[in-house]
Amino acid sequence: MTDWDVGAAFEVVQQHRQKGGLLGALHGLLDAFGYVDPRAIPMVADVFNLTRAEVTGVVSFYKDFRTTPPGRHVLKLCRAEACQAVGCETVAQELETRLGVGADATTADDAVTVETVYCLGNCALGPAALVDGKLYGRVDAPSLLARLGR
Amino acid sequence: MSAARIFVPADAAALSVGAHEVARAVRAEVERRELDVELVRTGSRGLFWLEPLVELEAPEGRIGFGSLTPDDVPALFDDEVHPKALGRVEELPWLARQERVTFARCGVIDPLDLEDYERHGGLGGLRRALELTPAEIVEAVTESGLRGRGGAGFPAGIKWRTAAATEADARYVVCNADEGDSGTFADRMLMEGDPFLLIEGMVIAGIAIGARQGVIYLRSEYPHAHRKLARALALARAEGLLGASVLGSGQAFDIELRLGAGAYICGEETSLLESLEGKRGQVRAKPPLPAIAGLFGRPTIVHNVLTLAAVPTILAGGAEFYRAFGTGRSRGTMPIQLAGNVRHGGLIELPFGLTLREIVEDYGGGTRTGRPVRAVQVGGPLGAYWPEALFDTPLDYEAFAERGGMVGHGGVVVFDDTVDLARQARFAFQFCAEESCGKCTPCRIGTLRGAETIDRIIQGERVAANLALVEDLCEVLRDGSLCALGGLTPVPVESAIRHFPEDFERAATREAVHGEAIG
Ligand SMILES: Cc1cc2nc3c(=O)[nH]c(=O)nc-3n(C[C@H](O)[C@H](O)[C@H](O)COP(=O)(O)O)c2cc1C
Ligand code: SF4
Ligand code: FES
Repeated sequence: MTDWDVGAAFEVVQQHRQKGGLLGALHGLLDAFGYVDPRAIPMVADVFNLTRAEVTGVVSFYKDFRTTPPGRHVLKLCRAEACQAVGCETVAQELETRLGVGADATTADDAVTVETVYCLGNCALGPAALVDGKLYGRVDAPSLLARLGR
Repeated sequence: MSAARIFVPADAAALSVGAHEVARAVRAEVERRELDVELVRTGSRGLFWLEPLVELEAPEGRIGFGSLTPDDVPALFDDEVHPKALGRVEELPWLARQERVTFARCGVIDPLDLEDYERHGGLGGLRRALELTPAEIVEAVTESGLRGRGGAGFPAGIKWRTAAATEADARYVVCNADEGDSGTFADRMLMEGDPFLLIEGMVIAGIAIGARQGVIYLRSEYPHAHRKLARALALARAEGLLGASVLGSGQAFDIELRLGAGAYICGEETSLLESLEGKRGQVRAKPPLPAIAGLFGRPTIVHNVLTLAAVPTILAGGAEFYRAFGTGRSRGTMPIQLAGNVRHGGLIELPFGLTLREIVEDYGGGTRTGRPVRAVQVGGPLGAYWPEALFDTPLDYEAFAERGGMVGHGGVVVFDDTVDLARQARFAFQFCAEESCGKCTPCRIGTLRGAETIDRIIQGERVAANLALVEDLCEVLRDGSLCALGGLTPVPVESAIRHFPEDFERAATREAVHGEAIG
């Protein structure tokens, strides 16, 4: 992942210039920069021949398209029913205590962003979490914190 | 002589408990001992409590070992009996009692080896389809009794006939791989463990309705499935299964892979179509049906992964073969996904008709915590909470509907006796509020009020009056919702209140005590 760069962003968005390609373009920005920088919106609107309001509407509709840079690690903790049945809420609480931030926030030192997801398809081995894109099963707070280097 | 083979799953769930580390240890050990052993990465058999489940090819069949850690690996190659040996995998009671039809190859073959796929019966359905007229294919699917596995259970043949009969310059086959329901993972397992089956099903559907383009809409929470599908599609193109002339037939069909972006509502078919068009995933009013005016206004059949994956079997074995499984109007096999607080969780594929008790007790072996089972939720976040007293209900569309629930995508989530159904009811409202597409006020705003009202009930505030308010709200949601997200949120809420009144009354008791103290 790299820092925001208009030229690079334009390259990414251009590759998705096709019918229905807007989500792909936003995913491309997410992959390249870790977030969708609001500065990209006018350019995206231009490429797809949409208004800025339309693009903003799409960005805000989908949870994936965070608009601020994430921390160095991203932890997505499943909070859906099958994981609730095996204690994901306790895991979430312990993480909050230890990291000092709740769901969908980044720690003050920019080290960790914690996000809520509803189901990772690992519901027989919950609680489940994605840490930097890697899936873990039967997690607890200490094991997750260890993976985050805490 | 060919090398002996050892199988280690690369399914996401298996990886989540260390399958890669085990595979790495296998490779190291094979090198150290200079053995002539081939390592094959498979999908999962769906016996998740045994993952990582490693299999060794032996004269008598494939012998399983699980669940393994890297430290257990060296002993696999010793002469003594391994302490974690399970015997022949196919004879494990959990698996032996199942009828694997759609999942016959999952966990068995190398998912990215088209030859392996064919050796295990793959492409038989497509070859048969290429001998038939499109109308005959549609007829076979109709005759089989196949109903959508995504939740609504709508007969597949009817959609196909409608789309085929609608005049258009283009038609589309869309695979709904949004699998948002908690407690479900069958689509994911299939896409990771046998992606060519889904591709074959989509090609057959395309030929049947006269579509040249397919799209898979995959949720972004499945990065592993995304990589597998992308590679499988590239291979299918390279091998001529997709492209300008499918298997040399002269018929064109290709498939595009698209990613969702973390919105549960995009599993609803019209919201999904909006999303594919690059818009907010807002639900469309029906009519027009997608089969008449779907993606970019063209006739489109939208199907769940498992519906499409059943199609090759129907063509290869014949409609009668498929119909022979199941009961009443629920034909074929149903992949049940057993999850949550359960000892033996995983995938159970059987003809419809198994009871909840058989699923939870015989297959599941009770809870993982060892405490008594108190409730199960069937059919995802919009499904009912069932008490023990109703565990003899057979899992089929009609029996479930009669008792106010739904089979949905086949997820069964087990809770032990520490569950608080008032909290679960609150979550149902909260989930609906968070995931609402925003079109209908009851769904967008009413559910927020619902969650607050349940909070008051939990606090013991005017419990009877607040429960009545919740009932009213559910009524409004049922009547005032365009789609099933708002329309079915009352199901988990009201089933929790009806079957587990004590969890709401406990609060009421607190109120009474409180009231006395004041009075
Ligand atoms: C809120 C909501 C979410 C849904 N999510 C999914 C889903 O994740 N996967 C799916 O296949 N169907 C889902 N459906 C059902 C689809 O709208 C549609 O019925 C289905 O894709 C049709 O395919 P089928 O006939 O093969 O079942 C959902 C429906 C609603 C109302
Ligand atoms: S019920 Fe909810 S999700 Fe469905 S259309 Fe209405 S607002 Fe959208
Ligand atoms: S509910 Fe947590 S992974 Fe499915």
